[in-house]
Amino acid sequence: MTEVAATGAAAPVAELRVVGTPRRKVDATAKVTGELRFADDLVLPRMLHCKLLRSRLPHARIVRVDTTRAAAHPGVIAVMTGAELAIPFGILPVSQDEHALCRDVVRFVGDPVAAVAAIDEDVAAEACDLIDVEYEQLPAIASIEDGLSMREPLIHDYGDDANVHKRVALEFGDVDDAMATADLVREDVFFYEGNTHLPMEQHASLAQWSADGKITIWSSTQTPHYLHRAIAKVLEMPPAHVRVIATPNGGGFGGKSDPFNHEIVVCALARKTGRPVKICLTREEVFYCHRGRHPTLMKIKTGVRKDGGIVAMDFTSFLDGGAYGSYGVASTYYTGALQTVTYKVPHYRFRGARVFTNKPPCGPKRGHGTPQPRFALECHLDKIADQLGLDPAEMRRSNLQPANSVTANWLRIGSMGLGACIDATVTKSDWKNKHRKLPFGRGVGIACSSYISGAGLPIYWNSMPHSGVQLKLDRSGGVACFCGSTDIGQGSDSILAYIVAEILGIEPVDIRVVTGDTDLTPVDLGSYSSRVTMMSGNAAIQAAERARDQVASAVASKLGVPASRLTFAHRRVFDLQDAETGMSFAEAVQLAESKFGTVGSTGSYTPPRSPGRYKGAGVGPSPAYSYSCAIAEVEVDPETGIVRVPKIWLAHDVGQSINPTLVIGQVEGSVYMGLGEILMEEMTYRDKQRNVVHHHPSMLEYKSPTTWEMCDVETILINDKDPQGPFGGKEAGQGPLLPVMPAVANAVFDAVGVRVDEVPCSPHKVLRALRDKMKGKEGRFGPGSVPEYDFPDLTRVPTPAQGGNGRESVGRAHSEVGGDQSSVTNRDSAGNPVEQAGETTAAEIAGLNSERDSRRGSR
Amino acid sequence: MLRLPRFRLLEARSVDEAVRFRSDAGDGASYVAGGTDLYPNMKRRQQMPHTVISLGNIPELEQITGTPQAGLTIGAGVTLTALAQHPIVAEHYPAVSHAASVVSTPLLRNMSTIGGNLLLDTRCNYYDQTYEWRKAIDFCMKKDGAICWVAPSSPRCWAVQSSDGAPVAVALGAEVTLRSAGGERRIPAAALYNNDGIEYLTKRPEELLVAYHLPAIGGWRATYHKLRRRGAFDFPVLGVAARIDFAGDGMVTDARIVLGAVASYPQAIDAAAAAIIGKTLDATTIGAAADAAYRPAKPMDNTDFTLGWRKEMVRVYVQRALQELTHPA
Amino acid sequence: MSHPVSIEPPARLKIQAAFIVNGEHCEVAFAPHKTLLEVLREDLALTGTKHGCELGECGTCTIIVDGTPILSCLALAASYANRRIDTVEGMAADGALHPLQDAFAELGAAQCGYCTPGFLMTARALLDATPRPSRNEIKDALSGNLCRCTGYLKIYEAVELASERIARAGAAVHD
Repeated sequence: MTEVAATGAAAPVAELRVVGTPRRKVDATAKVTGELRFADDLVLPRMLHCKLLRSRLPHARIVRVDTTRAAAHPGVIAVMTGAELAIPFGILPVSQDEHALCRDVVRFVGDPVAAVAAIDEDVAAEACDLIDVEYEQLPAIASIEDGLSMREPLIHDYGDDANVHKRVALEFGDVDDAMATADLVREDVFFYEGNTHLPMEQHASLAQWSADGKITIWSSTQTPHYLHRAIAKVLEMPPAHVRVIATPNGGGFGGKSDPFNHEIVVCALARKTGRPVKICLTREEVFYCHRGRHPTLMKIKTGVRKDGGIVAMDFTSFLDGGAYGSYGVASTYYTGALQTVTYKVPHYRFRGARVFTNKPPCGPKRGHGTPQPRFALECHLDKIADQLGLDPAEMRRSNLQPANSVTANWLRIGSMGLGACIDATVTKSDWKNKHRKLPFGRGVGIACSSYISGAGLPIYWNSMPHSGVQLKLDRSGGVACFCGSTDIGQGSDSILAYIVAEILGIEPVDIRVVTGDTDLTPVDLGSYSSRVTMMSGNAAIQAAERARDQVASAVASKLGVPASRLTFAHRRVFDLQDAETGMSFAEAVQLAESKFGTVGSTGSYTPPRSPGRYKGAGVGPSPAYSYSCAIAEVEVDPETGIVRVPKIWLAHDVGQSINPTLVIGQVEGSVYMGLGEILMEEMTYRDKQRNVVHHHPSMLEYKSPTTWEMCDVETILINDKDPQGPFGGKEAGQGPLLPVMPAVANAVFDAVGVRVDEVPCSPHKVLRALRDKMKGKEGRFGPGSVPEYDFPDLTRVPTPAQGGNGRESVGRAHSEVGGDQSSVTNRDSAGNPVEQAGETTAAEIAGLNSERDSRRGSR
Repeated sequence: MLRLPRFRLLEARSVDEAVRFRSDAGDGASYVAGGTDLYPNMKRRQQMPHTVISLGNIPELEQITGTPQAGLTIGAGVTLTALAQHPIVAEHYPAVSHAASVVSTPLLRNMSTIGGNLLLDTRCNYYDQTYEWRKAIDFCMKKDGAICWVAPSSPRCWAVQSSDGAPVAVALGAEVTLRSAGGERRIPAAALYNNDGIEYLTKRPEELLVAYHLPAIGGWRATYHKLRRRGAFDFPVLGVAARIDFAGDGMVTDARIVLGAVASYPQAIDAAAAAIIGKTLDATTIGAAADAAYRPAKPMDNTDFTLGWRKEMVRVYVQRALQELTHPA
Repeated sequence: MSHPVSIEPPARLKIQAAFIVNGEHCEVAFAPHKTLLEVLREDLALTGTKHGCELGECGTCTIIVDGTPILSCLALAASYANRRIDTVEGMAADGALHPLQDAFAELGAAQCGYCTPGFLMTARALLDATPRPSRNEIKDALSGNLCRCTGYLKIYEAVELASERIARAGAAVHD
């Protein structure tokens, strides 16, 4: 690992003592001793075990559910069906289309129909087999093509057009006019197969009912706050009587970000039986929860000058959404949002459509909606560079979106370290001596990417902070830090401790971090969209600074030194000009407690407003964007088509590492997951004659790379501080995944001269392309075209360069939605009121479209 | 958690006791050694024995006896780890130790036995699924259903032979000893297997495979090449085992080329052997053998990877296996 | 030597067996069709051993039996009566972490931490048998443990660091 732009240190106290230094996580010891308790490790007296009976058909009307035999089975305490849980839920307010147990219709093999609570798991499973369900099978919608063309049966009775859940059509600037000025216009089609998170921990939840009428649920969730809302809604309980405790997640990657049916069911069963109820999903059921990568078919057309400069881009995506909405509206926008953040695209058009299909629902997996278009874009640019005879690294370098700028689609860019990332990987990998120069069968490929450091908007419309932190200082010298964030292994609990320790001059081990408990901790929206370090980190800074100021004021009056001269370091508070004058941190807190009473503070964070004001502007804005560049070296066996990846160089612009060990861990983990996606992982289904069953819902047949497939990784961290980030920090959890897939695909082309325009890049595809090339045909494997589809009229938005104001041109088609929401105020990190950005999309996602609401049925 | 069904466990302390237990228990009883094949199948309700006779504590099944010059006898209860690491096996029967070493993972090999490996249940993407999954396709003919989803018009089951050890055993001309309460018989490994996904063994259910006999060394060499997605965990989607007997001048005097994971049994390709017998191994003869192996290989859509690619790989892998054997040991 | 165990279906009575778990003799009653994984977690409250598939396809449930790492999800508990079983809970001794645990914590080899107990068990058995393994030997030994977070690299480094420290501590003792 190399650190570029290391932080400076000043005597007598280093500028940063904790931040930026490799160190253990606060929960590291608990993780290596087996002490850490995951959800399925929890046991309560009289606890019952829950099993779900799941649909065996992909699409069917439920005619009858008879639970008589199951209820009579010895050891069964309760059986529940959808009749008892009428209220729908879903992560996005605009897609409240799930029921905890299906009521009228089942929509995929695995959709839950009934639940049993029994004295043990064996009995619960036996009882499920005794539930009689009569179905009336409906035709299944099994593909993007089906979803676009089959107007019935409808999987849901809402959506933009029959089985099309969501349609987007946006144009920034004048794409056609600009294309006409290009020296080269190239069009390519790509397909990205679906894949899933595969966390090692299977989802588990334990619910406890109290006779006070309160419910507590411990659950492996990344979003306790959103789960809290869903449970209160479906169970019709006051939210204050619902307590959600997010247990440590044994891997999340986005797969535990939705409120899940099983979480609501155990709460309902706990209430019904008055006993604790636990569920732990089997591995197969985890595949049915899914919410993973959308299979996406894409067309990209770009106009460039001879020198490779991009003049315009036109991007179209079709997403296979599966059976429910999930985050799908946001996912659809994300397939078009971030193309402009890496390279300057003066004129940009994006059209996207997400269809419902009778398969487990897709949603946010690491990179949420952006790995697919990133793969398409980066492979497409590689082809353009090849066609123009340009070095693909240099061509990217010359197209960079500048720092401190606004993109054509109105995203505000702050720090932008992509150029440094490209330079570092090019140098470290010896790119110039390898690209086009390695012997046949070996090659290198490059790709770049960017990702948000937290979504600019919450998923439901509100003007409250996105993250809150509360600190309690006590006379022992210990500090308790409370925050609603959830540690999913990325180390977010530790980040809180590091930041508070840095500011209060104590050690992370002095801090007790309490997170993810809706009764105890202030709201943080959850561990998704790479938001936690940015948002809870900034909230922690604010809280810690407020606490520090309070303590400093007490110390200052005691010592007779101005508070501005006091320093907090080495568990002491002392005069910067005379280090001997001071006291221990514990004594300082005692002074403050004597002076002010119990010492505590709060901090909160709301992202700054984004300049985009058009319908759709809500997806894409972020306080800061991370940047990555990957160079992959591959070996392709031309007789088999098998691709091996010996090494990947990855430079990541993280702004400032809070803990470089964790950042490197995120980079290496991203490379691993990206390697799995490009080489082997697939979430696929059998045909309709075979009931659209999941091809292989098992650890064995869903191919997660082993030690033998993992490559060497050389990580280069670019520390280019972003003014929005805590200590300058930006995200690291998702961005580094994005360039891995296209870098490998581009390296395959460098190695053997063929293009696999699909993910994964399976051996049979490489071999087919090689055979075709030998026969004189195009050496390419991939989709030939995208379906003809009638998108709605484009919403036209003038770009900043055209003097636009971030809104649609006059005469826009969407005036019905949320046009006046801009009067709602919000607060930035300093507590100042700000105008909310992208309000129309937020309103749309939040379900403010009354017309759409009225069309939604009561299923 | 996926759990085992209820069953009766009988812990045998000797081979005699095991076969007696089996005879007393009757139909629907299973032997279990390492449990790495049977227990997952039981958890998925593919097999539901009412009685399981455990062989895990029978020392006589864990012996390796004999000499390479006269032939080795490997107890069926020898773990794959022990077999792969056994110095005499590794030196004189590298194909056997290699095939053992590429089964699944080190952890699984610490439990699984060579006997269990040779008798591995045939596998299929429509069969190696949970009860609930199989219910969604109304089951298949190998368990609880009527049709073979791999070839719906077929009267037979196409589940695929997926043991790494089996093709090697057949190629080597190894033998196995089967014991039941009625007595003992020793048969060629090739005679142990049937080309049928359901009736894939000629062994009677009550017979216990007690020993695996490797032939005497001298004048022949063998190898095993395995194709799979990942370097661990995965069953073969193609296995190529080859034994070639050489005359002093390098002339091939006899050969057996056996394909794994393309049929319900380890498929010996006589035409491929014929292409090299009486000749020396060179690019031409090896190419001819690879072509001869490619033609009859008929992988079905029941494992990882596309079947067309798997068939193409037969040619490549046979070629590579034979090329390896042209080089001096 | 284990005792023959016989249970007539559909009996739902528990059986009793003894094990030496983390060096301590213990007797436990459990349903006869339970695996060691289930008995450890549910009947002995040793939840440090995790599970990811229960079919031998991920390595998460690895424990050490008589010095050999095995998959506890495929081990019928009744067949392992009287055996010596080591789990992650028994790794730390005298209030100090095992060098492997310490290195995993120090180098960030445990991200979510869910696969960590299984990796620690496999790595411990490796170092007990091969105190100074090469990188390739480490990859081989750990090839049956899946991790979705780390990409394994930090785990290799942790095993190497622990191996070095154990060797150094051993050398110091001999000095």
